[in-house]
Amino acid sequence: MSRLFPRPWLSGALFAAALMFWGVAPLPLAGAALLALVLPLGLARVGAPSSPLARPGRAARLAAVVLWDIVVANVAVARLVLGPPGRLRPAFVAVPLDAPHPQVAAALAMIVTMTPGTVSADIDEGCTRLLVHVLDTGDPARVAADIKLRYERALMEIFGCSTSR
Amino acid sequence: MRAAIEVLISLLLVAGGFFGLVGAIGLVRLPDFLMRLHAPTKATTLGVGGALLAALLYFVGSGRWIVHELLIAAFLFIGAPVSALMLAQAAIRARLPSRAPLAEAGEDEERPG
Repeated sequence: MSRLFPRPWLSGALFAAALMFWGVAPLPLAGAALLALVLPLGLARVGAPSSPLARPGRAARLAAVVLWDIVVANVAVARLVLGPPGRLRPAFVAVPLDAPHPQVAAALAMIVTMTPGTVSADIDEGCTRLLVHVLDTGDPARVAADIKLRYERALMEIFGCSTSR
Repeated sequence: MRAAIEVLISLLLVAGGFFGLVGAIGLVRLPDFLMRLHAPTKATTLGVGGALLAALLYFVGSGRWIVHELLIAAFLFIGAPVSALMLAQAAIRARLPSRAPLAEAGEDEERPG
């Protein structure tokens, strides 16, 4: 079973998503099953890393925090964009990552980009550092500290990795 | 009840439209490539988010449980950061003029090659 479905959660999510799109009928069912079978197998074949969620409940809480941050920060960025652009102080901020864990790095990069005012510009190969472009900041060190405190710690708990390298 | 939902849907549409507009304005006004990159990634969050939530409410309010909007939101949240990251990496490699100094943050990007 685990040979056939190396990523049962991904398979289940793909199956559900496909049925949501196509509706429940014989042909969509077959298509959804094919997707749920082939895509995870392909991912496993190219050696994409996979790790189960250690704490799914924590993920729901993080999602709520991120959604709230998106709303608050969007208003702040709207003000920046509509104000005089010459006054903006853009900066690159390097955020050192506590654990070289590809999923944590990817999820963190995604959250950073989706929360307004910051865009992930680069992840280094070993997943040890995230380069973030900030639209306007007077204190780059605090931006990095905020990202680590608000998101990275939670992500590390979710993916169940320890703080020590 | 019906009116309340309609008011809520209208508010969401207006808010979504506003943030979409701000994203477009940002694309025009911001001075360098990496700063402009902030605008479209932001428009997708609240701009599209507001429109999707409004559509979701509309269909749920009219008694049909259609949740395609959730899938659209999920794909946007996966797709936008990936494309933004690739654009940003390309901008750094191509050394596009940037008002944010790169020196302190990315020494390894400075290497030619």
